[in-house]
Amino acid sequence: MSHEKRTLEFYVLAAFFTLFVLYLYGPLSAVFILSFQGPDGGLTFPLNGVSVHWFFNLFEQQAVGDFGASFKRSFTLGLMVMIVNVVVSLLAGLAFRRKFRGSTALFYLTVASLVVPSIIISLGIGVVFQQFGLKPAWYSSAFGAHLTWTLPFGVLIMFAVFNRFSPAYEEAARDLGANSWQTFAHVVLPMIAPSLIGVGLFGFTLSYDEFARTLMTSGTYNTLPLEIYGMTTNVTTPVLYALGTVTTLFSFSIILLALAIILVLRRRQAKVV
Amino acid sequence: MTAIITEDHTQIEAAGMPGLIARIGRTAATLASYLQAGPLTLILGFFFLLPILMIAVVSFWDYDFAGLYPDFLTMNYTDTLGSWVTWKTYLNTLKYTVMVWGLTLLIGFWVAYFLAFHIRTTTMQMVLFLVCTVPFLTSNIIRMISWIPVLGRNGLVNTTLIEMGIIPSPIEWLLYSDFAVVLAMVHLNTLFMVTPIFNTLMRIDRSLIEAARDAGANGWQILWNVIIPLAKPGIAIGTIFVVTLVMADFSTVQVMSGGQSASVALMMKNQMSLLQYPAAAANAVVLLIVVLSMVSAILRVVDIRKEL
Repeated sequence: MSHEKRTLEFYVLAAFFTLFVLYLYGPLSAVFILSFQGPDGGLTFPLNGVSVHWFFNLFEQQAVGDFGASFKRSFTLGLMVMIVNVVVSLLAGLAFRRKFRGSTALFYLTVASLVVPSIIISLGIGVVFQQFGLKPAWYSSAFGAHLTWTLPFGVLIMFAVFNRFSPAYEEAARDLGANSWQTFAHVVLPMIAPSLIGVGLFGFTLSYDEFARTLMTSGTYNTLPLEIYGMTTNVTTPVLYALGTVTTLFSFSIILLALAIILVLRRRQAKVV
Repeated sequence: MTAIITEDHTQIEAAGMPGLIARIGRTAATLASYLQAGPLTLILGFFFLLPILMIAVVSFWDYDFAGLYPDFLTMNYTDTLGSWVTWKTYLNTLKYTVMVWGLTLLIGFWVAYFLAFHIRTTTMQMVLFLVCTVPFLTSNIIRMISWIPVLGRNGLVNTTLIEMGIIPSPIEWLLYSDFAVVLAMVHLNTLFMVTPIFNTLMRIDRSLIEAARDAGANGWQILWNVIIPLAKPGIAIGTIFVVTLVMADFSTVQVMSGGQSASVALMMKNQMSLLQYPAAAANAVVLLIVVLSMVSAILRVVDIRKEL
């Protein structure tokens, strides 16, 4: 197949794919360019000079509320969700390798958590906290709300990983005298490590950007997406774009970091094998 | 008779020790499964199952501006189902869902098809797939806002068209319209269609396609009779994602329609901000039933456990 000539179909689809990529990145690059708007520039093109005025403006408290503090909250929350997501998904993935009573119910509960509208979860957790007399906060109720969204992704990824995992490696380790902890730590864990990094990345980015589930559950202090959503209605300067550029670049660097780690792990594995 | 029983007995005796060990081993394995599944069960139990049950309970409660009062009223349901606005809002939400589903399926299928069948090296496939994936891991709200300088009255599209002399004055319906809502929703959700379809297409045995070609099928026949039927599970999973996300959406509708259109979730959000929790809860129960029946209808086409 690899020596066939490129057909017309290829060129049509390649053009379509290029358009799709433009559609994905075009608006984002407009925001990126406009965040360098001059001090007198507005929300639309053309650029009225080029400056980093709006980036400085971002860190002045009165301009955008408390951007720094909400970023810190979102970042911490993202890390918390990431760690719990990796550990709980891994454990659940291991559990699902064996049939146990209730495993099907738990599996469908996980899928249900993925498909139930976010706003319903947000409302539900809000009402539960209110009725039980608990104070909602980003580190308790919002933390749980985020997990109901990230855990299904993590569990389904681990489910898929272990579906393809040959037990031959573990049997070989056991035949060579490894106990079950050694088999797990030295054989299973290194092999699934790249997937675990993926689960972690999903946990962090989904939580960092989550909005609907935080709406009723964040308590007194806003997370970054809530802050940005508030800004869409009352900020009329390019500082909004500066914030968009900063958070998007931050997301990009997290993704690149995770991909780099995955690549390094794969390389090392290839060398060993 | 006696002979047989004695024989059985000795057999059990002989198997006693290893049998016991095996049984202990099995019990330990089951215990390990429960311990490993425990954290997931606890988290979903407290933050997912309990809140849903709570919503179902609260939807029958009474309320006023000061608080909620435990009761058993069907008022919240009769109010919402008896209102013409609710039905109109559901219809509007369904309209968005159908349009976004159709567009994401069309775009998603061809993007996945291009990546799976026309890109020849695995590295290039992964690179292009990542190019598609990365924007979906960034903030939805930022990606929504990014349409404003493009579609606005003085946005890129309008100024370009005016400069080229194609239109005399700015097109008003580009932003803050149904068009803008659908455009942004497709932008936000296409990846959820691309990924599962790409996944199923990659698993299609290439010799099936060669066999179809040898048997005289042309390109369209191969696509229609071989590839699409084999891609059905991926299409179904992508459909579940897109349908549930659009049915639950309120932020895209609010931002992109400029407050001119409604969706079911947006209606709920407004009730929540007025602290009318029981009314919002009744709406939540209705929406939940609608979404779950859509999902279970789609699940008849595909067994997710087999597709993972």
